[in-house]
Amino acid sequence: MIINICLSIAAALVLSPLLGGIINKTKAFYAGRKGSPVLQLYFDLFKLFRKESVISTSATFIFQAAPAIIFTSTLAATIFVPFIPGLPAPSFTCDFILLFYLLGLSRFFLIISALDTGSSFEGMGASREAFFSALAEPVTFVTILTMLRLGGGTSIQAAFRGLSSESWIIIILTAVPFFIVMLAENARIPFDDPNTHLELTMIHEVMLLDNSGANLALMEWAASIKLWLFSLIIVKILLPAEILTPAAYTGLTILAVPAVAVITGTVESVMARASLLKVPQLLFSAGIIAFLGFFLSLNQFLGW
Amino acid sequence: MIKFKLSSLPIFSESEFREKALGLTSSGCRISSFFASAVEGKRKLYLVLSDDEAGTVQVITTQPAAVPGNSGELSFHTLTTENPAFHLFEREIFEQSGIRPEGHPWLKPVRYPDRRPAETDFFRVEGSEIHQVAVGPVHAGIIEPGHFRFQCHGETVYHLETAHGFQHRGIETNLIGGPRPADLCKIEVTAGDSSIAHSTAYCRILEVLSETAPPARAEAIRAIALELERCANHIGDLGALAGDIGYLPTSSYCGRIRGDFLNMSALICGNRFGRGVIQPGGTGFDLSDKIKEQLLARLSAGRDDFISAVSLLWDSPTVLARFESTGTVSQEASEQIGMVGPAARASGCGRDIRQNHPSGIYRTDCPKIAVSDKGDVFSRAWVRWLEVKESIDFIEKLLQGLPSGDVFIDGAQKPAADTLAVSLVEGWRGEVCHTAITGTDGRFSSYKIVDPSFHNWFGLALALRDEQISDFPVCNKSFNLSYCGFDL
Repeated sequence: MIINICLSIAAALVLSPLLGGIINKTKAFYAGRKGSPVLQLYFDLFKLFRKESVISTSATFIFQAAPAIIFTSTLAATIFVPFIPGLPAPSFTCDFILLFYLLGLSRFFLIISALDTGSSFEGMGASREAFFSALAEPVTFVTILTMLRLGGGTSIQAAFRGLSSESWIIIILTAVPFFIVMLAENARIPFDDPNTHLELTMIHEVMLLDNSGANLALMEWAASIKLWLFSLIIVKILLPAEILTPAAYTGLTILAVPAVAVITGTVESVMARASLLKVPQLLFSAGIIAFLGFFLSLNQFLGW
Repeated sequence: MIKFKLSSLPIFSESEFREKALGLTSSGCRISSFFASAVEGKRKLYLVLSDDEAGTVQVITTQPAAVPGNSGELSFHTLTTENPAFHLFEREIFEQSGIRPEGHPWLKPVRYPDRRPAETDFFRVEGSEIHQVAVGPVHAGIIEPGHFRFQCHGETVYHLETAHGFQHRGIETNLIGGPRPADLCKIEVTAGDSSIAHSTAYCRILEVLSETAPPARAEAIRAIALELERCANHIGDLGALAGDIGYLPTSSYCGRIRGDFLNMSALICGNRFGRGVIQPGGTGFDLSDKIKEQLLARLSAGRDDFISAVSLLWDSPTVLARFESTGTVSQEASEQIGMVGPAARASGCGRDIRQNHPSGIYRTDCPKIAVSDKGDVFSRAWVRWLEVKESIDFIEKLLQGLPSGDVFIDGAQKPAADTLAVSLVEGWRGEVCHTAITGTDGRFSSYKIVDPSFHNWFGLALALRDEQISDFPVCNKSFNLSYCGFDL
């Protein structure tokens, strides 16, 4: 179990900044530009860790403690999604609730650290984050419940059986809303624009405006670990575990996670960001798809 | 452009002036300029009204009365309460000349808040759930300084007030005593992205005052430069609009295509913003056959690139969903506050100086005027798209039928004495109005510049009413008004 936990954490720490680089490279390709290097986020993190943090005089200890809490709770969530199948992994009844509430804890501290600065921009970002994540959460849990129905278990391990001939339509109806939730949770287009400099339109980025140096690095790193975690879950929802050998499964996972990043980059390139008024509608649509999948999963033997 | 002998301008009594001003503005005339000027020690108000239907410009003047008991202070009864289009002009008059518009509802400084700091409070919406958001003057992007104050209820903007004056350079006062050769350079940077429009307006003032007519070839080159300026800025803005909504393909392609059009201006004169092209009496540069051929080739390539890059916008439902019904200014509101340019045409007000008050080559030929009717971000983008296509066609037509002959005629530097001249030019943002008054020595005793931004900033504030605050950047970009053109 220790090996698997260490592997999950190491993979999340080392590989997660790659995803942002792949997304940006994909977007640059669609825009006809060369784009920044794929490793740019590593360079940024390295640079930020060597810089000092400037902390607003109006901020309290919450603001200073938040980056570490956000980083560790996001990282802790990754251990429930093991990287290599077969090896024992931490797993218990309803562990998926802990997984998503560790992310919730990190979001809580992100929101109160943003409010702590007293900036009007950060307050707006925090309010948007709280509102949209409240809408995204039910969708997440419905998709996980569907997967558990199919897998026949109560821990997240059981949810990762992957595509099979009899349940593929349910799997697709689960993976699609989960992908939409991933875009929302990770501040991607059409929900948020990670590249914008317009503080009035931001959601995630605006909450980091007062962070600098190592604090900012931890926040950025935590954000990329979260993206890594969601991408990994999508891959695990789709990859058929039963018909692949552990080696092939691990190899395919390593290839498929960057593929999710490429798809994300493509989505960001071909569509504009939605108006904030439309965000609830988008999440409701994702919820409807997720519920459809759930209802179908209630009877697994529909004869598909 | 038009000029009046000062002695021929009737001076109305204040009540007559008021009646005439309100009567004319309610029957189709638009305020192009309204300012105070001291001629022979007597301070007067000059109101320049343009009638778009008839294509005429009128100037009416009055001598404001002295405030009883207060030596030296003059005042007149405000017109703002009857016609909101006077609002900003009257504030400017009070700031520049001290003539008080009695009863003005919001007599705040326009550009120099430090002169009357007590009166610089922002309009406030009261209530415990209301929060204020202050943006600027230092912004996140590489743009000019200006301050925006939002009164918000949650995400909804109830009111937006803009505050300017962060980069006034005293251009108008600098021009008094002119014309001097260096003045043209100041005019060209009145609003750096509208160099051609402002320098054309300035040169026309000098030409009408000295009764010199530039050669036909020069007029054609001027129009080419003006339309190239329009194309480059509209293309840049369409790209920036796409960038604001996170639609990358159009954003990055338009950035490059804008550069191509700026380089066409550089091909004519060596400067990407067309500095030095327009000179009093003609143009500073001629177009050789070789440059003409090159321009035609680049234009045709530029048109193809532009159409393919911007078509992506109109073909993308997510873009249309974002643009449509965002930041709407109704035609009624647009008329009331006297909006100009593409922003007014997007609201259905089909006014364009090139068509309504043509000068130079536009007298004989004019591109088709683009009009839309919704008044939202989409309409403003759509009008620009139509205008760029029209302008490229127009430039091609001008290049192919370029008149032969000289491009410069001497003698435009000696203006007539005791005369008032008005010149109107349709810049890419809208109507640029210059008004000059010469003294007995034939030198400028007063020079008034009205950039289209002066008319339109309030339009942006109206566009934001009851909108989402997160829609501000895209609304702002759809107007893309000038800060330095406003501040002068």
